[in-house]
Amino acid sequence: MASVETVFLSGDQWLKNWLFSWGMPESWVFLCTVVVYAVAVLLFVFANVIFLVYLERKVAGYMQQRLGPNRVGPGGIFQCVADALKLLGKEDIIPASADRGLFRLASLLIFIPATMLFVVIPFGREMIVADLNVGLLYFIAVGSTATIAVLMGGWSANNKYSLLGSMRAVAQMISYEIPLAFSLLGVIMLAGSLRMSEIVAAQKDLWFVVLQPVAFITYFIAATAELNRGPFDLPEGEQEIIAGPFVEYSGMRYALFFLAEYANLVSVSALAVTLFFGGWQGPWLPSWLWFVIKVYFMIFLFMWVKWTFPRIRVDHLMGLAWKFLLPVSLVNVFVTGTAIKLFQAMGW
Amino acid sequence: MSGFTLQGILANVYETGAFWLLSLVALGAALAVVGLKNIVHSAFSLVLSFVAMAGLFMLLEADFLAMVQLLVYAGAISILLVFAIMLTRRPEGKMQESNPFGRYALPAGLVAFFLFLAIAALVLRVSWVSGPGVPAASTVGPLAEAFLTTYVVPLEVAAILLLVALVGAIMLAGGGKR
Repeated sequence: MASVETVFLSGDQWLKNWLFSWGMPESWVFLCTVVVYAVAVLLFVFANVIFLVYLERKVAGYMQQRLGPNRVGPGGIFQCVADALKLLGKEDIIPASADRGLFRLASLLIFIPATMLFVVIPFGREMIVADLNVGLLYFIAVGSTATIAVLMGGWSANNKYSLLGSMRAVAQMISYEIPLAFSLLGVIMLAGSLRMSEIVAAQKDLWFVVLQPVAFITYFIAATAELNRGPFDLPEGEQEIIAGPFVEYSGMRYALFFLAEYANLVSVSALAVTLFFGGWQGPWLPSWLWFVIKVYFMIFLFMWVKWTFPRIRVDHLMGLAWKFLLPVSLVNVFVTGTAIKLFQAMGW
Repeated sequence: MSGFTLQGILANVYETGAFWLLSLVALGAALAVVGLKNIVHSAFSLVLSFVAMAGLFMLLEADFLAMVQLLVYAGAISILLVFAIMLTRRPEGKMQESNPFGRYALPAGLVAFFLFLAIAALVLRVSWVSGPGVPAASTVGPLAEAFLTTYVVPLEVAAILLLVALVGAIMLAGGGKR
């Protein structure tokens, strides 16, 4: 079992040894491993996204008492491959009145923060690309820049539906960022660190979801809104603004927005697992397998919510963020702080 | 810094390269903010300038500051800026029509010149000292402690200022109905 546990780490070590055996200086080896890590993260993201598109359709199908994709391959498993090929082959249409430069740029820009988020995710024991001192803050900060690409895409298409959609998306993402960040404060206070590995280590005996249930629920709701997923999918609202910011995108550019959306789903779930469900820690199985299992449980929760609740109205959306989630997360910070001080005073 | 070994020189090359690249991006984007004809393009290049600034902070091992720069400036303030521009923009989007002050080239040049002089004088007068060379292990904890002990009064004053601005904004936004 030990070899399965460390299969990625020993692969990393083997690569480094192999590069050193060529007589490479240390900084070059470092550069090479950075490239390898980046490729590994990208592969992880792409593999998951392709599977998630299939999973989403299957889950939606079962929730609505139908089968979902079932023609291409056993159980429809190759449907996504067929879809991806179709999207790759489609014409890249740019509207005549669009701001061509920004229109092109936005579809590429949306993917940068989505992949950058995975840098600070601990995938398993000692399996983290960069264990930053401010890891959690990095996640929130980089995540917050995703709005720029959405705004850029929505504006540059020069279409009223896409502009409306991106306005909604940005208003929603800015509003829900605040309860999202505040809900994490409780966890930070308990762990006493912003470093991901220390937050995971602090949950050795007890998962933070037990100590911080309110924070978890706040995080879950705010994250659903950040992802623009149902019941908070107003920016896309097919029935009113025909898919919002992405209306004018076609082919591979549309697919990039789609990819980024699912990549964000994975990273937000991974963060939830890291902060509330003990990260990669678990008995018997290798740590990275535990991590994947927990992440997929979280993803299933997100899908379950999406296909269960109807879309809410835009004023309710803002009211929920500012009048309910924000006060609740503030109270949670207060209660957590008081409890920590009390337990310290009692000599725990 | 780390001697004359090959690795030390290479590390310096990376660092210097990153510094020049980030500085060029920050300055170029800042120039584009004032130079571009389309105001939305200007706003987006302002975002780019902010992001490059965050990179410079990161290079100075001020990781917390870098993240705050990214979160507050690139993530929130610039978005509000773009938002405001997009909502108030005229359909044509020509800078000359939407900005009546654009014609005052001479006064603007004078103000800019004297502002430049003031900043240049400050830059020349300050004796720049280099730091201890060893970056702090953690920038978060000491910063928080400083905020809540030594600088608690300025922090609270800033908080009250923000609160007043918030209340004022709410009054302005909701005042018309009453």
